[in-house]
Formats: sequence, C-alpha cells, structure tokens
Amino acid sequence: MPTTVISHQAEAPVKESHHALKVAGLLLISIGLLGILVASVGADYISPVLTGLGGTLVLTMGALLYIWQSRQYKSPAEQNQGMWQRQATSRGASAWVIGFVLTGFYVLLYWFPDTLQGLIQAMEPLSQWLRNRPSDQWFLYGTFYTLAVLVMGVYALLKYRTSRYHIIRTLSVMFFQLGFAFLLPGLLLLFNKPEYYFSYFWPLKYDYLFPGTVDYLIRDGAALGVFMVFWGAVFSFLATPVLTYFYGKRWYCSWVCGCGGLAETAGDPYRHLSDKSRKAWRWEVAIIYPILGFVILTTLFLWINSWSEGRLLGNLSGGFAQTYGFFIGAMFSGVIGVGFYPLMGNRVWCRFGCPMAAYLGLLQKYFSRFRITTNGGQCISCGNCSTYCEMGIDVRWYAQQGKPIIRASCVGCGICAHVCPRGVLKLENGPQENRYAGSPLIRRDDLRILS
Amino acid sequence: MDKISENEHLVIIGNGIAGVTLAQRVRQQSDCRITLVSAESRLHFSRTALMYVYMGHMRFQDIVPYADWYWQEKKIELVHDYVERVKTSEKRLVLRDGGPLPYDKLVLATGSRASYYDWPGQTLKGVQGLVSLQDLELMEANTACTQQAVIVGGGLIGVEMAEMLRSRGIAVTMLIRDKLYWHNVLPAEEAQLVTNHIRQHGIELLLQEELQEILADDSGRVRAIRTRRGQELTCQFVGITTGVKPNVDFLKDAGIAIDRGILVNEFFETSQTDVYAISDCAQFRNSAPGQPMMEQLWYTGRLHAEALAATLLGNRKPYQRGPWFNSAKFFDIEYQTYGTVPAQFTEQHASLYWQNEAATKAIRLLYDKETAKLLGINLLGIRYRHDLCHHWLQQGYTLHRVVQELPAVNFDPEFFQRYEEELLRQYYTRFPEQQPPVKHSSWWDLRKQFGLFSNSTSC
Repeated sequence: MPTTVISHQAEAPVKESHHALKVAGLLLISIGLLGILVASVGADYISPVLTGLGGTLVLTMGALLYIWQSRQYKSPAEQNQGMWQRQATSRGASAWVIGFVLTGFYVLLYWFPDTLQGLIQAMEPLSQWLRNRPSDQWFLYGTFYTLAVLVMGVYALLKYRTSRYHIIRTLSVMFFQLGFAFLLPGLLLLFNKPEYYFSYFWPLKYDYLFPGTVDYLIRDGAALGVFMVFWGAVFSFLATPVLTYFYGKRWYCSWVCGCGGLAETAGDPYRHLSDKSRKAWRWEVAIIYPILGFVILTTLFLWINSWSEGRLLGNLSGGFAQTYGFFIGAMFSGVIGVGFYPLMGNRVWCRFGCPMAAYLGLLQKYFSRFRITTNGGQCISCGNCSTYCEMGIDVRWYAQQGKPIIRASCVGCGICAHVCPRGVLKLENGPQENRYAGSPLIRRDDLRILS
Repeated sequence: MDKISENEHLVIIGNGIAGVTLAQRVRQQSDCRITLVSAESRLHFSRTALMYVYMGHMRFQDIVPYADWYWQEKKIELVHDYVERVKTSEKRLVLRDGGPLPYDKLVLATGSRASYYDWPGQTLKGVQGLVSLQDLELMEANTACTQQAVIVGGGLIGVEMAEMLRSRGIAVTMLIRDKLYWHNVLPAEEAQLVTNHIRQHGIELLLQEELQEILADDSGRVRAIRTRRGQELTCQFVGITTGVKPNVDFLKDAGIAIDRGILVNEFFETSQTDVYAISDCAQFRNSAPGQPMMEQLWYTGRLHAEALAATLLGNRKPYQRGPWFNSAKFFDIEYQTYGTVPAQFTEQHASLYWQNEAATKAIRLLYDKETAKLLGINLLGIRYRHDLCHHWLQQGYTLHRVVQELPAVNFDPEFFQRYEEELLRQYYTRFPEQQPPVKHSSWWDLRKQFGLFSNSTSC
C-alpha cells in the first residue's frame, strides 16, 4: 500500500512580512514615545516642537501601521481571540502600567500643568495655526484626545469592518470629536469668539447652563453667543428627549459624545473588563442618580442666587459648583474615567458618573422606542454579549429568556449583537406598546435581577 | 399525574441546559426540594461556549450564566459529586464522595460524550473528543506542544475544534466521510459554500476520507494517523468528532430499560416509576414518523425540560417539539435553519435559493412543489426572525403567503444590505401570475396581528 505523507502547507513567508511590518510599527511607536519624552524633559536642549510634535506624528504613523497589520489579517470572528489571555487586556502587568501612566497624566494635567510645559510648547505651532493663540495644557489634552479617537477609530473600523452599523457609528464619533470638539472650538477662538463645544450639553457640560456662562456668552459673543445659549438649551431640554424617544440613548452616547467616542475607540480593547455583578449594578444606581441630582441642584442654586443677586444663598451655590467641578468633573471623569480603562473597563465614567447618561437613561427606560430584541429561543447562553458589554449589563440574562433588553444604562453600541455567535440580538426602534414583551417561544424566569 | 408536592424531593442528575431548565421551571410553580447533581462542574455553564474559553474570548466564569446567589435565592441545592449507582428499589443514589441521596422523583439529564468506533490507537495520549469541561482541560494540556492536528468527522463540533486549534496557529486537517462538509445535513449548495469557507480559513479538508488507525510514538502519544486510503498524516493531536453517545454506563444495574439511550415515552417516563430521562441521554421508544429517536441539541434539551416540567407540575401533556430550528457558526458564517430542509431533495421539493457573489451569504426557502407549502428555511450569513418563521411553519403557510411577509422577517442589524428583493425577483419570475402586495407589512404590524409575543412583562 503506497503511503503518502501530506505536509501541511506552510504560510510562513506571508506571516513573516506581516511580522516585519508589525515590528516596524512598534519601532515607530517607540521612537515617537521617546520624542515625546525628550520634549517633556529636554526642552532646554532641543526644540520641543521637533521632538514633541514630530514624536507625536511618528507615534501616530507607527500606531496606524501596527493596527493595520495586526487587524486586517484577522477575520471578523477572530477579532476577540486572546483578549483574556494577553496581559494588556486582562489586567496583567502591562495593563497596570498603562493604567498608572494614564492616571498619572491626568493628575499632572489637572493639578500640576507646569510639569507638562515642554509638551505644551511642542503643540505651539498647531495651536497658533488653528486658534491663533498660545498653546496651553487643555490644547495639549485636546490634541492627544482627538488623536486617540482617530487612531483607535481606525482600529475599531478594522475590527468591526464587516458591520455597516459599526462602520457608520465609528465614523460618526470620529467626526464629532475632530470637527465639533477640536476644530470648531479652535476656529471659534481664531475668530475671537467664545470657545464652545456644540456636541456637549448640560448636564454633562454642567456649566453651559450656569448663569455665569450664559451671561458671558451673551455679553461677549453677541448674536453667536445668543445662538450658543439657545442651542445648548434646546438640546438639553427638547432635542434630547425627542431623539432619545426615537432612537434611544445611543444617538448621543455611542454616536456623538466625546467621552463615548474615546470609550468606543481607544477604550474598545478594554470593554470586557466592566463588572457584570449585581453588586456593580447597585453601586451604579447609588452613584449616578445622586450625581444627576447634584447637577440639577447646583444649577438651580446658581440661578436662584443670580436672580436674588446673592442675597438668598450667598457663597453656598458657588461652593456647590466648585465641589462638583473638582470631584466629578476632574477626579471622576478624567482620572478614574479614563485612567482606569485597562483595569475597570472603558465606560467607568459613563456608567457610574455621567449625569447626561443618567438623564438619557431615564428617558430611554421610560420614554423610548428603543430596545434590543432577542431572536426567539435562539440564545445558547454563551456569554459573549455580557462579556463584551462595556456598560456591564448582563445581556445574557435577558437573551436566554427571550426577553428584550431595555436598560437605562445601555448606550446602544451594538457590540453584543456583533459578538453573538448565533445572531440573536438586534438593536431596533419599535412601538412602545408591548415593548417589554418577550418571545412566545421560550419560558422565562420570574426573578428580577435589578433589585 | 399529580403535581409534585412540597415535601417531595426532586433530584436531577446533570446540570446542563436540560437539567437546569427543568429545575428552574419546576421551581417557578413548586416549593418542592430540588437538588441538581453534577460531577462535571459545581455551577451550570454553557457547553456551547467552551470553545470561546480556549480561544481567549472569555474566561470560564464568563460562560457561567447564573452566579451562586441565583441558586441560593431559588433554593436549588447543588451537589458536585459523581453518581456511582441508582438504586431504584430504594429510591436513592449512591454518590462517590457524599452519603446516599434519597429521591422521590429522579430526572436523568446526564448528556453524552464523544463516541468512538474502535479505531486502533484510539486510547493513545493526544486523542480526544470535546463535550465536557474535562475535555476542554484535556485539550488545553494535549495541545500545549501540538503543531499539527487531525480532526475526524465533519460536523459541528469538528468545525468548532478546527477554529479553536487555528486560534493557536496549529495546522488542522479534517477527515470528512461525505463529499462535502456536513453534507449529511446541508444541501449541496450550502455544503459547498461552507466547505469553501472552511478551506479559506486554512483548514485542510480531506473529503470522502476516514480514519483507519492512530499511530503511536515511543511514549504512547499519537505521532500520526493513517487514513482509509492509506495516507499517513503526521500529527500530535487527534480530535474525535464523529458524534456523541449517551452517558448511561452508571445505570447498568438500575433496572432501567436502555437501548442506545435511556428509553422513554412521550412524557419522558422511563421503565421505572418516578424516573425520567431527558435530552441527550434519552431515546424515544416510539418517535413520531420522520422524527429522530434522539434529539441531542442545546435547544431540544431546553424544550424537553420545559415539557417534562409541565408534567411534573401536574399538567401532563405529551412532548411535541413544534417546528425544528437550529443554529451554528462556521468561522465567520452564521447558520440558521427553521423547519425541515433535508440534505437530499426529492421530486416533491422545490426551492428559492439565492447566494451572494462572494459566497458568504445564502438563503433557501424550501417548499412543496404541489401544494407550495413552506417546508423549511436555510440561512447562511443572514439572520431571520425566529418568531415569524415559527409562525409560518406552524400555520402551514404556502410560499405565496410567505412572500407577502418576507421583508418583515429579516433580523440583520440596522444599515445592513437586504437581500430579500433578490429572492422576490426569483419568485415573481417563477410565479408570474402572483401579484406583489401593495404594501408590505412591517414586523411590528405582524407581531401585533399574530400576537407573536409573550404576555410576560417582567423585566
């Protein structure tokens, strides 16, 4: 009997060229990081513009090359392979280092901006070109933030390239960050208008409806300032309920918002780290709604104080506003919200802290057509949906009982539906009538998890 | 039969989807004592998700659907032990570690394991199936130094195993008895599409080929296999995925009638009073014509459990499965099926079939040539609404009625391209006398019209 030995086809040559390009990407990333380091400590010896801005450029190119090489050869179903096996995405040593560095950066940015002088100077030409004024720490932050959304936006586009929903949604957050949260505020300054972010609204941008801001916009911005106040008020009180009624919270949280934009792009590799336990949910409601209440109270106090010209409440309301700004605006949204990405997941701020998310969530739960439908009795309880829910929702709990998922915290990112190996979930808008009713093809549990 | 009473003890052996669903449904309407016994794992986990743990998408704790608090709140006792014997005369179980466990009603939901066909060398190190948690742990150990693997069998577990091994860069060859992958279930077009897709993922498929023997190295580990046609393939791992057989060995002296599985009637009653068997380990004595003797799917496990729960709760009704459905995933391509689409068609069968140019998506509507009655639907890379497909099949829709509601059935995500028009074009060419409706109803209209939702609103 003739015996043939089949040798397995070697894919080595192709693999090696991928590998070489990956290493080239990593080399560029390292050079870029070194440049940024030199800019921040060695500004006296060499121009920080060259090292800092140049380093940022090289870092961007390297990151894009690396991302391109590491994502495009993975098929859609392979994209989450090794998430819980790699150090960086499973709270390993490198995740802690990244977490500490990010947190440290926020501490320096908020409380010791002088230490970042070299880097701030590095952004000077860009700041002059865009805004016609000197760079400061917030411009530095805005530049890094926007770059992170754009570069990691490419990552998300490649990772979810077979889904039109994710392509359009990712392009949307990239567009709003670059256009509405970076270029437009810069251009406003260039034309000596008040800096204004058209994609942020009260109660997230809580001071936009504070009497001081309103007063300043109307006084300094003339007609444009009046429009800004009008725009902000309309979005907070009219457009938000209407859009949320038709599309759910997602129109803002995973399509427009800058915090959401960062979470959906730079934060995407960390989405599975969110805590799904019932205890986490209890913390969530115990923190986020009081914060919303706090913003509403602060705003009310400030207006009462303003109308009464300080006679009624005196300094108390100003203290309220300062307290909020420090603990929530700085500590929570920045330091913990982004710094802890690699440890607690990418939506810590959105889930536990954001007053806008709380407001949108209440609307979504009670006055919306949005829901995630479960397809009959098709769920196999595998857990991919719950694992990759960045908001820590136990999606599987509902899916395995054929129930629709209607949760205040759901930001409608749609990843649960994407990672489901049986295509069981669909984000959709439908009539409110029978919105909570499940599939008739499966018996369900009477136990409530939200209690 | 009377409803199980409060002071009775319901013992369920096996905490897979069948055992767990049974415990949950009985608990919903009864305060009887319920104990779940499992040797495999203390907590119920999703068997279908084992592959994702190996590939690093999830950790083991992520594939556990119900945490400890759930079982405590539900007052369902969990026993992590192996049942050595069932003493039906004394109504108690003999456990390996714990003391004897008495029962009033016993449900056997012990599942199945890989079946082997007496191949020489099948007990060598590096040869295994993939059903249980222990199989996964073994596979983790067995593949630590594996560069080449051979998978025997062209079914759903086979392709899962292939995907797992590829995720670790292991070269995989599959031996498939048929002319195409899963051609004993899929019609030729679908089977061809999936076969090509698997090959695109770097899997070598040896079609119409079977395992002859497994060859050992000096240490008693697999070093190669030889096929029927005499090819020798070097490999350090052999995956056996040629089907499963019921776990019934421990029942030898229990006085329960067994053939391949535990013999049951349409109420899941075994030959012993107060002993029932469901899911993979059960075998119907008189299965309905055209229906299988054994149903070994996740979904049927759950359906068996729901039916038996009704019986135990005093609502004795025979098991009627309703229209068949199943789903799977072949690397990137999702598969759904509703109703009955056989692999081989007869003269009575006709179908509308469409697939895209890239051969990654396909739709088949199979109908009876004479009556135009819808028989089944196959979908690759496209999602349809289970509730509506079930309704069509249950109500005996003709193809003509189906077509009227076709656009409402799509379940793909928002912004995805829709392909129903291609099918409709085919349909109106084949049936030129049929008129398109003035307006297609939306899913929400049909859902309301047919009442396709539960009355439960607990969320």
